[in-house]
Amino acid sequence: MHIDETEKRWVWITIIMTAIMVGVLTAYAVGSNVHPPSGFEPIDSTRLHVEGEFMEENLGVKTNPDGSITLTMVAARYGFYPSSIEVPVNTPVKIRIASADVLHGVHVPFTNYTTMVVPGYVAEVNTEFQKTGDFSLLCNEYCGLGHDHMWSRLKVVEKSGS
Amino acid sequence: MATTTASMQENLSESKGQHSVSLGLANFWVAMIFLVVALILGVYQVAERSGFFPALESPTLYFASVSTHGVLMGFVLTTFMIMGFGYYAATTSLKMSLPGKGFAWFGFWLALVGVLIAAVPLLTGNASVLYTFYPPLVAHPAFYIGATLLVVGSWVWCIEMIWMMMIWKKQHPGEAVPLVHFGNTANAVMWLWTTIGVASEMLFQLIPWSLGLLETVDVGLARTLFSWTLHAIVYFWLFPAYIALYTIMPKAIGGKLFSDEMGRIAFVMLLVFSVPIGFHHLYMDPFHQAGWKFVHMFGTFMVALPTLFTGFTVIASMEIAGRLRGGKGLLGWIGALPWKEPMMAASGLAMIMLAFGGFGGMVNASYSLNTMVHNTQWVTGHFHLIFGGTVVVMYCAILYHMFPRMLGRQLYSKSMAVKQLWLWTIGMFVLTIPWHVIGVLGQPRRISSTPYDTPLVQQWDVHEGAMIVGGALLLLSGLMLVWNLLKTHSAPQEASAMEYAEPIHAAPRVPHLLNSFAFWNVVILIYIVASYGYPIAQFFLNPTFGATPWGV
Repeated sequence: MHIDETEKRWVWITIIMTAIMVGVLTAYAVGSNVHPPSGFEPIDSTRLHVEGEFMEENLGVKTNPDGSITLTMVAARYGFYPSSIEVPVNTPVKIRIASADVLHGVHVPFTNYTTMVVPGYVAEVNTEFQKTGDFSLLCNEYCGLGHDHMWSRLKVVEKSGS
Repeated sequence: MATTTASMQENLSESKGQHSVSLGLANFWVAMIFLVVALILGVYQVAERSGFFPALESPTLYFASVSTHGVLMGFVLTTFMIMGFGYYAATTSLKMSLPGKGFAWFGFWLALVGVLIAAVPLLTGNASVLYTFYPPLVAHPAFYIGATLLVVGSWVWCIEMIWMMMIWKKQHPGEAVPLVHFGNTANAVMWLWTTIGVASEMLFQLIPWSLGLLETVDVGLARTLFSWTLHAIVYFWLFPAYIALYTIMPKAIGGKLFSDEMGRIAFVMLLVFSVPIGFHHLYMDPFHQAGWKFVHMFGTFMVALPTLFTGFTVIASMEIAGRLRGGKGLLGWIGALPWKEPMMAASGLAMIMLAFGGFGGMVNASYSLNTMVHNTQWVTGHFHLIFGGTVVVMYCAILYHMFPRMLGRQLYSKSMAVKQLWLWTIGMFVLTIPWHVIGVLGQPRRISSTPYDTPLVQQWDVHEGAMIVGGALLLLSGLMLVWNLLKTHSAPQEASAMEYAEPIHAAPRVPHLLNSFAFWNVVILIYIVASYGYPIAQFFLNPTFGATPWGV
């Protein structure tokens, strides 16, 4: 077995480089609580409109007693419901979304809000919008021939009373 | 003179028989024909998506085309290319004929029939579910059945590779299996582990469901099973490129391989770390706990190591060749390299694309950073650069290197080959740099138009224009490849042997663990059970709700 000295040094360099990258990611995950969507919450996608939090009258923005926001949405071909949303800036937002039909994805460019929306499972993301303005919610997972047309608006506004 | 020619002919036909030349050529030609079809579709897609040609706009055609393009490039070009490479490399490096030749041909025909069966629903718009299947969208059952036959055909190749390694080791006790075949067998073993995921999804979910035998499928489970296959499959595609960089390139440019053992270590690491890390494709999926995603992130970064090792060994091997050719100074050896050799040009260009593509890959692999790019055009740009770039440019070099040796003829035009490789690389950068940019600018992937009311749309336009140019360059380059190899069939005769690189330090014997896969298979099994065991079991331990089939 022969491994050259220079090569050994390179192996150590690559291991240290990789360890630094993983270390930084771990530090952010643990230290700043930066995580991708998490959980395992099965839901019957065929009955969203019949019962529970994803019924039409329960969708939209709700302010919780502690001032945080819960936003409940449904993704269905080819739109996000409710289709127009207004949330305050710099406020913790819990976004719960479920699919009524096929696979969807949602991405609001230039924010941290993105998740897959998988039929049969609730997708929950906790985030905060840090800039005011008009944003677009774009479906980013192929959901059928009308996929391109699946988008809606998100308005981030100043906090009321401030 | 007449007798010499006759005996040359005889030698040639004998070597053709022993080296399964016709099987190799059949695989290579199937790969190339479908490459050209897929390139034509690719040009149509960039043009359609740009929105510059209203007459082209049609989501129906677009998504049928994208599905076909993905299947042809990802499953068909790769599988046949890998099989052809493996067969010819195995018979020439081990200096033995293929055992069970009829079985190998059976695998070839099974795979080809599978492709043709899948092609019917794909081309008629009855399988516009993209090559990643995306249940609960449902395709015609023929699509799933055809794709499955292709995979089963590739298993025949895996068995052949493993079988040949076993025969060779029995005949050469204690000797190191030639690196090229050690690599191909590592790939075969990895592919068998890899395909368990997609095969389970097909056999237990999609096929019975599309036939109406199952009412619903659990989409979370289906996506988890597909993720099992989805990352390792790219290493299946990449393996021949790495193998050629280690075992063919150093010899072709007149140098030596820097380290045989490092090649074995890299191949074993790729084998062990490729499969149990698929969750970085599911970072944004809601049905797995973040902790599991975190565990898979560690493995994903581990699989960067063999690539970084490979980069060093490959560049060091190039330096040896450059210095042997009289190159001086810190960087002077680079200019002394035989850049007019297709294998040299391709290897250099492949390393450049690998460096850029690898950087993008680190972003995608990042537990948190991935949020910014998930399912944007950045991802499509990334895998086109790594797969379409690094991998395919090395496939081209393999074809240029092996065709003349298989046919006993000169390559029709070396200079055209080198131009083709440069054109391919330039085309790939012109295509993928803007592709990454529009991803960062928020454009979602898998769209056929951009009917959004955001000012971002205007920022995307210029990049979409550049991408059309990139696509056209790639099509032109692909046609040059096919033309050159077609003409090689009737080029002047010239017998040259298929030779593999010698390492600077000969390694006639290597540690057992770098010459056998038995131990590593146990490691893989434990690693897979640890990383996928509970995440798969949760779908059976908890009540879940399946999805009924939906048309596109």
